[in-house]
Amino acid sequence: MDHLGCIITGTVGVDAHVIGTKIISRALRDAGFKVVELGAQTPAEEFIMAAQETAADAMLISSLYGMAEQDLEGFRDKCTEAGLDGILLYLGGILGVSRRDFAEDEAKFKGLGFDRVYPPEADVRAAIEDLKGDLERLRRNDV
Amino acid sequence: MTATRLFVDFGSTFTKLVAFDLEGERLLGRAQVPSTVDTDITIGLEQAFALLSETVAFGEDDKRRTVACSSAAGGLRMVCVGLVPEYTLEAGRRAALGAGAKIVGSFSFELTESEIREIEDIRPDIVLLTGGTDGGNKKVIVHNAAMLSRAGKGVHNVIVAGNKSAYDHVRALFAGSHKNVSFSRNVMPEIGVLEVDAANDKIRELFIARITEAKGIARVRSLIGDVLMPTPAAVLEAATLLADGAPGEPGLGELLMVDVGGATTDVYSVAKGTPTNVLVRFTGLPEPYAKRTVEGDLGLYHNLDTLKAIAERQAVPEGFEEAVAAMCRHNSVPEGAGQTACHLLLSSVAVRSAVDRHAGSLKTLITPNGEVTLQRGKDLTQVAWLIGAGGPVSFSADPGAVLAGALFEPDLPTVLKPKAPEMLLDEQYVLFALGLLAQSEPGAAVRLMREYVVPLAARRSAPPAGGSGKEPERSGDHVPV
Repeated sequence: MDHLGCIITGTVGVDAHVIGTKIISRALRDAGFKVVELGAQTPAEEFIMAAQETAADAMLISSLYGMAEQDLEGFRDKCTEAGLDGILLYLGGILGVSRRDFAEDEAKFKGLGFDRVYPPEADVRAAIEDLKGDLERLRRNDV
Repeated sequence: MTATRLFVDFGSTFTKLVAFDLEGERLLGRAQVPSTVDTDITIGLEQAFALLSETVAFGEDDKRRTVACSSAAGGLRMVCVGLVPEYTLEAGRRAALGAGAKIVGSFSFELTESEIREIEDIRPDIVLLTGGTDGGNKKVIVHNAAMLSRAGKGVHNVIVAGNKSAYDHVRALFAGSHKNVSFSRNVMPEIGVLEVDAANDKIRELFIARITEAKGIARVRSLIGDVLMPTPAAVLEAATLLADGAPGEPGLGELLMVDVGGATTDVYSVAKGTPTNVLVRFTGLPEPYAKRTVEGDLGLYHNLDTLKAIAERQAVPEGFEEAVAAMCRHNSVPEGAGQTACHLLLSSVAVRSAVDRHAGSLKTLITPNGEVTLQRGKDLTQVAWLIGAGGPVSFSADPGAVLAGALFEPDLPTVLKPKAPEMLLDEQYVLFALGLLAQSEPGAAVRLMREYVVPLAARRSAPPAGGSGKEPERSGDHVPV
């Protein structure tokens, strides 16, 4: 493999805040990943179809407009139907209404099947290190 | 060939026969006798023919051309097996309901040994196996196929409508199992896409080819044409035709139909149901244009306790308790003012509860960008027609009051029921027959529906003696027109 893994990125739903996901995509590429960049306003279903087509290893989903919970309803279940068992799901951004406690959001989305959840001020480099670690662990478990 | 057409509905308690004259395009008459499906279904059929012949002239050829639908012998009993409950299992359930089935079991994820025992005990007519989008998850449908292939006699007919990429494997697993397995297109080929028509057709095909045989219904083939579909499927056909019309015969447009019966309340909507407010976002599984839901716990005879409990959440008239008890004793016409009031109340509760569950709903959320309203299910607020069917509505003392339960309630603005529909009534219980006629002569069926599905204001006759159930009236009753 000439890359570390295939990653899908984009902002989900009708969220048009595209800068965050562009930075993430760039950083992932620089770190040696193959990136399928879906960009802004991507329906949840498109993330799944793109992951199926590319046999992706992970999805890094951004949401900054407070609708993540609705946009990503049943997302892990949908991945299961689509045969994406074990795909890594990362989510970051402004996930709920302002003033909310991040720990609450994190717990909620982990409960919905996301592997990692990041607040808006998270460092993309730290997230990429997490991703490398998670992928390595998964591959070890596979063999 | 004469212009007389006969149609039969083999119900679980009554066999109903309806005669139309296609030349004059009118209803000739109807007859109803107790069902004999437990002994020999043809006995009841012969009795119904004899009874009808007292008022309607028809010949042997007409008899032989009769087509039928059936909900006898428990109806079409199906078990649905899927993967995720909200996705492929739900898609499978919708296919089954649309085909007129009664869902007697729903199972998700990998079946266990005890679930297989449970399915064997249920002895469903058909198991509908779904799971995975095309190219998606194969593991679960393959596991479930393996489990079903090893199941005992309780499992015989299996329709597979899941991930097509797993079909070769699934076929191999069933080879030599002596199960009757057929394959249809995936009910959910991709996430968020529902395609129930192919599975629907496959279910009906199997119903005609095998199920009617197994239930002893097919014996009637020696006397009449064929048993084409389960009764609810015939009613859904009629509802769709009434809404859409036929070539050269415009339909009414989008509609909602409520069929209250003795054991269940069925709701049919023929409407897109997309948000009527541009600011509302749709969420959840897409909705079928012609949709049937059935509330198995809401009946005016068999499940009166459920209705009574719902009614008692609000104020009930004096003597309610005794009146309900009396209704339970006799499956018959309510007697006296007390029972009539009680019957009206319970019928409207059945309609309200069933339509509340059928219609879509709104939920408003506060986000950093302001309020967002999400819709789940169908928006039926602008639907222009509301049709009542089934004895408890059609033969009610006040059908308008009963159907009012299906109307939008300003106190409950998030439940998307019709705001100002015109009400119609299947006064003569002919919808099933016209759904059957629609298979060969849709134009005539539309014209007859316009004639016999009448506005509430223009009811032709005083209500005939009614009872409870989709099978109303006294046994042996015939209503010449």
